[in-house]
Amino acid sequence: MIEERPAPGPYTHAGTSVNRIMLLVMLALAPATLLGFYLFGWPAILLFLTTLLTAVLAEMLALKLAGKPVRKFLLDGSALLTGWLLAMTLPPWAPWWTGAVGALIAILIGKQVFGGIGQNLFNPAMVARVVLLISFPLEMTLFQQPLPLCSASAPGFIDSLAISFGNYTPVDAVSSATLLGQIKTELGRGVPFDRAALDAGSLWRSSWGDVAGSMGETSALLLLTGGLLLIYKRIITWHIPCAMLGTLALLAALFNLIDPVRYVDPLTHLTSGAAVLGAFFIATDLVTSPVSRQGQLLFGAGCGLLVYVIRTWAGYPEGVAFAVLLMNACTPLIDHYLKPRIYGRDSKGEPLNYVESASGDER
Amino acid sequence: MSNQYTRIARDGLWDNNIVLVQALGLCPLLAVSGTATNGLGMGMASTAVMIASGLLISSVRGIITPQVRIPIFVLIIAVLVTLVDMSMNAWVHDLHKMLGLFIPLIVTNCAILGRAEAFASRNRMLPALFDGAMMGLGFTLALVLLGACREIVGSGTLFANAALLLGDWASSLELVLIADYHGFLLIILPPGGFIVLGVLLAGKRQIDRALSARSRSVLLQPSAS
Repeated sequence: MIEERPAPGPYTHAGTSVNRIMLLVMLALAPATLLGFYLFGWPAILLFLTTLLTAVLAEMLALKLAGKPVRKFLLDGSALLTGWLLAMTLPPWAPWWTGAVGALIAILIGKQVFGGIGQNLFNPAMVARVVLLISFPLEMTLFQQPLPLCSASAPGFIDSLAISFGNYTPVDAVSSATLLGQIKTELGRGVPFDRAALDAGSLWRSSWGDVAGSMGETSALLLLTGGLLLIYKRIITWHIPCAMLGTLALLAALFNLIDPVRYVDPLTHLTSGAAVLGAFFIATDLVTSPVSRQGQLLFGAGCGLLVYVIRTWAGYPEGVAFAVLLMNACTPLIDHYLKPRIYGRDSKGEPLNYVESASGDER
Repeated sequence: MSNQYTRIARDGLWDNNIVLVQALGLCPLLAVSGTATNGLGMGMASTAVMIASGLLISSVRGIITPQVRIPIFVLIIAVLVTLVDMSMNAWVHDLHKMLGLFIPLIVTNCAILGRAEAFASRNRMLPALFDGAMMGLGFTLALVLLGACREIVGSGTLFANAALLLGDWASSLELVLIADYHGFLLIILPPGGFIVLGVLLAGKRQIDRALSARSRSVLLQPSAS
């Protein structure tokens, strides 16, 4: 007699796997990444490849040291995605070792020390970015004007090798402040910020991405498209991105209304820096964000609030990484107080008892 | 007799190391282990206090009652720390300025009170003195190791400013390992201290595991043959 033991439930599931989620997120990131490659040329591509390669090698090493199955965890693509997200937030012409050191920190300290995939408290890519920003402020704030691939002034492949791996600074390159950095400096000097002083097309340019900035952060529109794809595919829900961008826009609008000279308008806030990348791809990290819907709304709103506070009053021109890390630290607390109701029980976890409550009502 | 001293030495330096096993006194440890020299200075000051406190507490252990022992231990340690603080201010003034507040704070180093309570108040004077010396040496070794790791990674040097602590001859100890180094600020900052300490703890456990595996295989061999 054949004895078949049934597999434990659930018997029907959506076919979702870590692998599929990671692949879809990468797919959603691809347009903005390709635009970054095009705008910033070969140095950006080399930095991207170095970061991803280091992330994968670090993951391999950590898995081997921990005695876990290397193939199974390496092929789920999570290390690749962490490296990818980190590379998106680096200045495109940063030297290769910033990407390599960042990937090592992200994978080894940000992720594997906590026990690998699904165990980390903080978003690994953002941990690495903050470590790099604090440790190497010079390299991490040197942004380039876009020099599209194959345009006359763009560095060729050989020159790009020198930029990424050597100590070479090309004469043609124009380093430039990001929009947020420029605003911060001007206001710091007491010069009132006048939106009209920027040329009329600048808002369009900064939403399309043709401005100085990190490799994959500049194009708000392409990132938004990718984010909508993720929502459509149900990898993420609308709660965190909407709460984060909504809070940011609301605060910006409010303060801009009070004093348009001192506070920048909401559209600039939304389209510059890492706001859109952070809202759709970084704050929504499944591991480090709250479980319940109310919790996610609170988490997103907290991120938006912190981004606005850091951009406006703190020392750094951009604060998405700090904001996400701070809210990551609050996630266990949020999950503790905003638990989803268990099926068949009330919000305090007591079993529902219709008979008793009905009889109570009659009395 | 000598067996007891071997045991004390092993405990202090490795098996029961204040930092690597007991994880005591972490506040001064993380605060002043930015460079190997600072670590060495702090370690030596703490060792001096531990030796003297072990001796004194052991010598009065017969006359103090259990009810008042803690205030008396703290008083003795505080007197000794004040002495160390003043001597350092007099003779190694520059180093004293660098270590700053953390010298007076040796009083609150729980490792010293811990040894007073656990060892000195229950043993004769000579073993208590020896225990203080070995525990202090273990603390110093851990501090110098941690300081050296953080200094090499964080600023690319080793034993910078050693001349301030040890006199002019020590300037030959000062090494610049990586010329033209930008510095890795995080490792110098307190979070870096935690990260490097974590790596050291992992390293010690790994060594212990390898040692115990080897001794087990040595024990098993005669029965197998």
